[in-house]
Amino acid sequence: MKTYLMTLFVTGDSPRSERALHNLIELCDKAMPGNYSLNIIDVLEQPNLAEEEKIFATPTLIKRTPSPTRRIIGDLSDYNKVLLGLGVTNYE
Amino acid sequence: MNEGLQIEKLPIGLAGFDLVSNGGLPKGRTTLIAGTSGSAKTVFAAQFLVEGIVKAGECGVFVTFEEAAEDIRRNMMSLGWDISEFESNGQWLFVDASPHPEIMTEVIGDFDFGALLARIEYAVKKVNAKRISLDSLGAVFSHFTNASVVRHELFRIATAIKHLGVTALMTAERTSEYGDIARYNVEEFVADNVIILRNVLDDAKRRRTLEILKFRGTSHQKGEFPFCVIPGEGVVVIPLSSIQLKQRSSGIRITSGNTELDNMCGSGYFRDSIVLVSGATGTGKTMMTAQFMAGGARNDERCLIFAFEESREQLIRNATGWGVDFEQMEQDGKFKIVCEYPEVGSLEDHFISMKAEIDAFKPNRLAVDSLSALERVSTVKSFREFLIGLTSYIKHQEIAGMFTATTPTLTGGTSVTEEHISTLTDSIVLLRYVEMRGEMRRGITVLKMRGSNHDKDIREYQIVDGKGMVIGKPFRHIGGILVGNPTYVAPDEIDRITGLFKDE
Repeated sequence: MKTYLMTLFVTGDSPRSERALHNLIELCDKAMPGNYSLNIIDVLEQPNLAEEEKIFATPTLIKRTPSPTRRIIGDLSDYNKVLLGLGVTNYE
Repeated sequence: MNEGLQIEKLPIGLAGFDLVSNGGLPKGRTTLIAGTSGSAKTVFAAQFLVEGIVKAGECGVFVTFEEAAEDIRRNMMSLGWDISEFESNGQWLFVDASPHPEIMTEVIGDFDFGALLARIEYAVKKVNAKRISLDSLGAVFSHFTNASVVRHELFRIATAIKHLGVTALMTAERTSEYGDIARYNVEEFVADNVIILRNVLDDAKRRRTLEILKFRGTSHQKGEFPFCVIPGEGVVVIPLSSIQLKQRSSGIRITSGNTELDNMCGSGYFRDSIVLVSGATGTGKTMMTAQFMAGGARNDERCLIFAFEESREQLIRNATGWGVDFEQMEQDGKFKIVCEYPEVGSLEDHFISMKAEIDAFKPNRLAVDSLSALERVSTVKSFREFLIGLTSYIKHQEIAGMFTATTPTLTGGTSVTEEHISTLTDSIVLLRYVEMRGEMRRGITVLKMRGSNHDKDIREYQIVDGKGMVIGKPFRHIGGILVGNPTYVAPDEIDRITGLFKDE
């Protein structure tokens, strides 16, 4: 069981979405190697899932565990802020 | 003109609006509705979809940025619209883009509204929507701090909606009633068509109006039109200036309920005319309406009276004193009294409820006692619009109308009420006190009678118990009655002996 369960909502292969995905993977591999699970949803293909989660903007990252649930909108370009947002504190 | 290039209109089914917009909203286009807080934007946006579902069988998508879908369901239920039922029938779909304060959300880096656009497109396709409402754009700016991104993204959504083949309505906030069209200047990038809803505080009274500011490439009525928000109906626009002067006219005469008065008018009022009765307090205006009603009932006509000054019981009691049995008339089913205190609502509310009563009862005769009481609750502008609306409405229905107006002074004088209505009425009857030798007497004259000759004399009348108005002979050698300063004009000796009345 991984500690971090996350879902990233993207729009197709837009540069902004690609950037967010790239940033997130790079960050997670450094901060929580092997301890995260990432589900990627393309809202163009599965708009119903975007509706269910009431996603407004893309990219949107939802971190479900560890609780509380957090949402981060944007291309995740500022790593320190993203880590704070995800509640990762034991990373230097 | 090439027909194919003309912009088609979509009748939205909203009472009055389709008239002032010359046929509805531009079809397949986006219209912006801008208004201050509390100007009924959300109601209008929801009603646009409701009318589509109910009247045209067209499904709708409601995108909400501000209130949660649950709040909208509850609020619209109070107007009589069961949105959950439309939803379960697959006719209405919410795209809930309202904020979720319970989930911590932050923005890190660039973003777009791709997800929202995907949801809107998905919803439109899912129910095959023909109408879409977005409420309200200003709220989006409060979700995100980066206004330029929001503008750009809203523009992208507005552009995408144009290609969905739907007619769209977007709402936006205004900060003042007469100022910028909308906050954040959203009108610049979202819509070719702009409608403004106003909720102006005028003389301590609220007055709602709707103005179509622009319809690019197509026509509409200009100016502000009053509207009301009514439970069960929603927004009702009162299309005053689009009312046309084309009512039919007939030469058929009807009785005023008083034979002598009929004679003065040249054998009665015209069937589709409006009579104004003007007089000071106590001159017998209500009595004239009672006799007008009774005269109709005798000829098997349906009669309806709106009483704004007296209670039902008072009116029935007083009518008995004039020999008119209102209770019996009501039992016969040809007569109805509607009593209301003028202060219960705005004039627009009264207009709509009166219209509903008229539609339900279908009278041949209608009396309003008095217009002056209604004037109390309105502004001058509202009152004038009310009169135009009411007179043209009842004329279209070929109803004979009698309105009363109270003059402020006991003798002579005119009221503001008359100023507004005199050109709208076909006949004017004046009831005036005449002070003669320390005695108050009453005089009646027919001032105007469109399309007919009439008696030009000022006649004395008395109010007789059990009979009502009894009209006597003309005043003679008395001048200045109408200006409130009766003077005795050089009578000769014989006249003085025979009294003040000439022989007939």
